[in-house]
Amino acid sequence: MAATSRNVEEIRNRVILEEFGVKNVHTTDFPGNYPGFQDCWDMKNFQKNFRIDVVRLDENNIEFDMVGIDAAIANAFRRILLAEVPTMAIEKVFIYNNTSIVQDEVLAHRLGLVPIKADPRLFEYKNIAEESGEQDASEIDTIQLHLKIKCSRNPRASKESSDPRELYLNHMVYSKDIKWDPLGNQADVFADCRIGAVHDDILIAQLRPGQELDVVMHCVKGIGKDHAKFSPVATASYRLLPDITLMEPVEGEKAERLKRCFSCGVIDLEDVHGKKVAKVVNSRLDTCSREVLRHEDLKNLVKLGRVRDHFIFTVESTGILPADVLMQEAIKVLMAKCQMFLNELSCAGTQ
Amino acid sequence: MAGNGEKKPILEMVQADGAQEDCVTFVMHDEDHTLGNSLRYMIMKNPDVEFCGYTITHPSESKINFRIQTRGGVPAVEPLQKGLKDLHEVCQHVLNTFQTKVNEYKEREETPME
Repeated sequence: MAATSRNVEEIRNRVILEEFGVKNVHTTDFPGNYPGFQDCWDMKNFQKNFRIDVVRLDENNIEFDMVGIDAAIANAFRRILLAEVPTMAIEKVFIYNNTSIVQDEVLAHRLGLVPIKADPRLFEYKNIAEESGEQDASEIDTIQLHLKIKCSRNPRASKESSDPRELYLNHMVYSKDIKWDPLGNQADVFADCRIGAVHDDILIAQLRPGQELDVVMHCVKGIGKDHAKFSPVATASYRLLPDITLMEPVEGEKAERLKRCFSCGVIDLEDVHGKKVAKVVNSRLDTCSREVLRHEDLKNLVKLGRVRDHFIFTVESTGILPADVLMQEAIKVLMAKCQMFLNELSCAGTQ
Repeated sequence: MAGNGEKKPILEMVQADGAQEDCVTFVMHDEDHTLGNSLRYMIMKNPDVEFCGYTITHPSESKINFRIQTRGGVPAVEPLQKGLKDLHEVCQHVLNTFQTKVNEYKEREETPME
């Protein structure tokens, strides 16, 4: 089949969704692949075509569109958000007393997973140069927290009640019970920040009268690659903008069925000369379930695809840093990687 | 990323004996698809590059073999440097655009309340 100019545009810009597979997934616009196209890297061209549109932004979530960039770089941002943006998390747990039912190691594991609200940009990585000796926790790389709680019987409970909330005091250990011990000059530096767990209501352990917990915790800076507890996002993902084209006008009862094959709000029925005609209103809302391809009479009327360079990012933060700050940090991490290799090359070049 | 310069190389060059400077395999330590794929894309956009690819030699080791072959006698280090610089500029532009748009959005959200 000869490649007509419209076909070529489609191959270059769209990922095609067919009944049994997906076609044209890979980026092919490299110099020399398409005669007549200038595909060499051109910064001005990139800056002209690139845009970002913020759709939704609040404390912990951001949804934005990134248009005009390649999947390799968008994916790099996503991978960095998940695994390479540093945060602070509990790493060492010194257990002085644990008479609860929860085992020491299980308790330590649970404490490590609690998100800690401390800006990681204000701390350094802990130097692990020393092997055996206890490294002193210094104020620039460690946050010290403690959790000291004892469960006792409630003297004011009535005789017949069986509700644990009435019978016992402090029988549920929540993350709000984790208190901060400022080290060194941290009390002055962080005077107006509340360093502790991000959420107050994370249940850590349950106690009964006579059981107590007395632990000291050290938080250090780390990245998600090392342990998932350091990941700053609940999740970060992207999807490509769906592209639905109707090959011919669809009317009447077929239009109704076509509308039901897509998500709500994607296809609308317009009134043209008394007949209902289907029209694609908002393809962004579609989840690309390809339901329309399951119907014999409808599958040849529609062409499904995705726009290859339009990414709809959704970043949900765990609350340590706001979602837009996280995205900026991720971009800075990628820049730092490039800079590191550039420095290596220039050092090696001068030797 | 944290500490990787204490006597541990982060970038090595491997060249076949007898070959000129235009076909080189770079071994990058502590890297994976994050930098590998994005750098490969930027270098492939360079018309001087005849071949560019990367592999992760074994999933248990965090290093990539990044191979560049050029045409026209260009030393292979040049497209690598250009690719890194271009990627750096792309990130800078993305960062600036993102910050501008987020600030615009925040201002737009505030003005209806006034």
